[in-house]
Amino acid sequence: MAKLGEIARYVRSKSAGPFWVTIDIFCHDAESFERIARAPQLAPRAIADLFGVSENAVRQFRLPSIQVFKISFPRTAVQGSLGDVDSHAGQYFVPLLPVEID
Amino acid sequence: MHEGDTPRCKVLVPSGVLGAGCNDEAFQRGVALAPDCLAIDGGSTDSGPHYLGTGTSKMTRQATKHDLRQMMLARDRLGVPLLVGSCGTCGTDSGVDWMAGIAREIAREEGLIARLALVYSEVSADDLLPLLGAGKIDPLDPALPLTRERLLECDHIVGLLGYEPLADAIAKGADIILSGRTTDTAVLSAVPLMRGFPAGASWHAAKTAECGGLCTVHTRMGGVMLSIDADGFDIEPLHAANQCTPYTVSAHLLYENSDPFRLREPGVLLDASDARYDAVDERTVRVTGSRAEKMPYTVKLEGSGAAGYRTMVFSAIADPKLLARFDEWLGNLDAFLRAGIARVLGLEEGDYGIEFRPYGKDAVNKTPAATPPHEVGLMTLVWAPTQELATEIAKYCNPYILHFPLNLDDPLPSFAFPFSPAEVELGRHYEFKLNHVVRIDRPDELARTHFETIGETAHG
Repeated sequence: MAKLGEIARYVRSKSAGPFWVTIDIFCHDAESFERIARAPQLAPRAIADLFGVSENAVRQFRLPSIQVFKISFPRTAVQGSLGDVDSHAGQYFVPLLPVEID
Repeated sequence: MHEGDTPRCKVLVPSGVLGAGCNDEAFQRGVALAPDCLAIDGGSTDSGPHYLGTGTSKMTRQATKHDLRQMMLARDRLGVPLLVGSCGTCGTDSGVDWMAGIAREIAREEGLIARLALVYSEVSADDLLPLLGAGKIDPLDPALPLTRERLLECDHIVGLLGYEPLADAIAKGADIILSGRTTDTAVLSAVPLMRGFPAGASWHAAKTAECGGLCTVHTRMGGVMLSIDADGFDIEPLHAANQCTPYTVSAHLLYENSDPFRLREPGVLLDASDARYDAVDERTVRVTGSRAEKMPYTVKLEGSGAAGYRTMVFSAIADPKLLARFDEWLGNLDAFLRAGIARVLGLEEGDYGIEFRPYGKDAVNKTPAATPPHEVGLMTLVWAPTQELATEIAKYCNPYILHFPLNLDDPLPSFAFPFSPAEVELGRHYEFKLNHVVRIDRPDELARTHFETIGETAHG
């Protein structure tokens, strides 16, 4: 087991329009990409629990050619709404960093 | 770029947004490559609902004028179309008029004469109600079915135009096209598409260049040049010392897209799942295999409307005794203030809102920390139907935010207020109200185009 933040090359998040957030996990190599992209700790169910969204709403994309695992889901607070603390969703990725990966 | 006799259409994209600036050395190198048009996006919803709600620009007028001058001078020399989409950040009619005012000023100052097309795309709730009634407005995920009331709550509504109204303006002789809200990609793909280059390559090229140099290795060295041909497109940075690599170009499709392979545009679906990215040389990438599928013509709607006013108080706490039991203290303060607001100001929950954000603790990252923070900046946000009431409530809270003790019998503490007065009025609060598309019969159904000639008086 190791923390995602330690094995990923770079993790970022950003709004994809006012209603969605998308998180890109860039990996060092094919091996760590496989490890991250198949990790049950990053499966839709786990993402849904971590971010408080519906499992059905979590979309995932595996891009082996550039070793990126992408996760998108509807923002918990619409951009600019009263409870929104992160307008550009630039820090949404942070709770993923300590997640322990198999 | 491999030139030769192959017909191609070159699009110079100086940066991701007008006003962000493009290194002049890079820009002039791009101009020397003889582009077929200059194109740039002027807006986004990325900075929140305020700009669309108020119809104002996020970028400064000076920076916008600087960049537009650079492009207008180059356009005049090259004699090619110049396109600016989503004028004034939000792309309202006021945004287009603001940009037109800047263009007229530059034309006068530089002695330039040009045929200007203003392509407006703001729509009123009254325009949309018949379409709503006809069942032509559909929600996107995640959104609820649209109601008449929801439409009427919007201060401004814009439709994201496709490339066709821009291409029509060029066909009618426009040199400079300033459009209201337009998809970023439509602005960059309008000229290649109107000249018959393939839809897959044109839309994919535009998508790659929509953020200027973000698809290059050195993202702050200026924008890119697209060169679209019958089989695909080439992309290179404007600056000679910068590079595009298959990695930077393919990775850009991830950026701000929830789906990196399939991108919906008005009337078309770009499918980049089988695209190939090959290095032509150390700084140019060739992309082939992008597909475009014709779709029903839909235009996405953006709407923003006011929802009350906010006042903020920012205070800070560094006392370790309190920070060790911060959540307990904040819970007590919250309950105390709500009871006081009800008793003294006579307001019920729902008439107003109050929210605490402990920055330095867990305002942004809710994951519990192992140790107490070194200090906490406590943002208190009050929402109310009027600015006066929001500030009244914040003023009521002020002495308690300053002095609320950890234990009832503690000597009176005082916390750190950085400002006097402590209340900061944030003005009207706006919210995005729409996440919908409207099905239309003709691509220009929501567009209104006005032509004029600018700069004539300078030459008498």
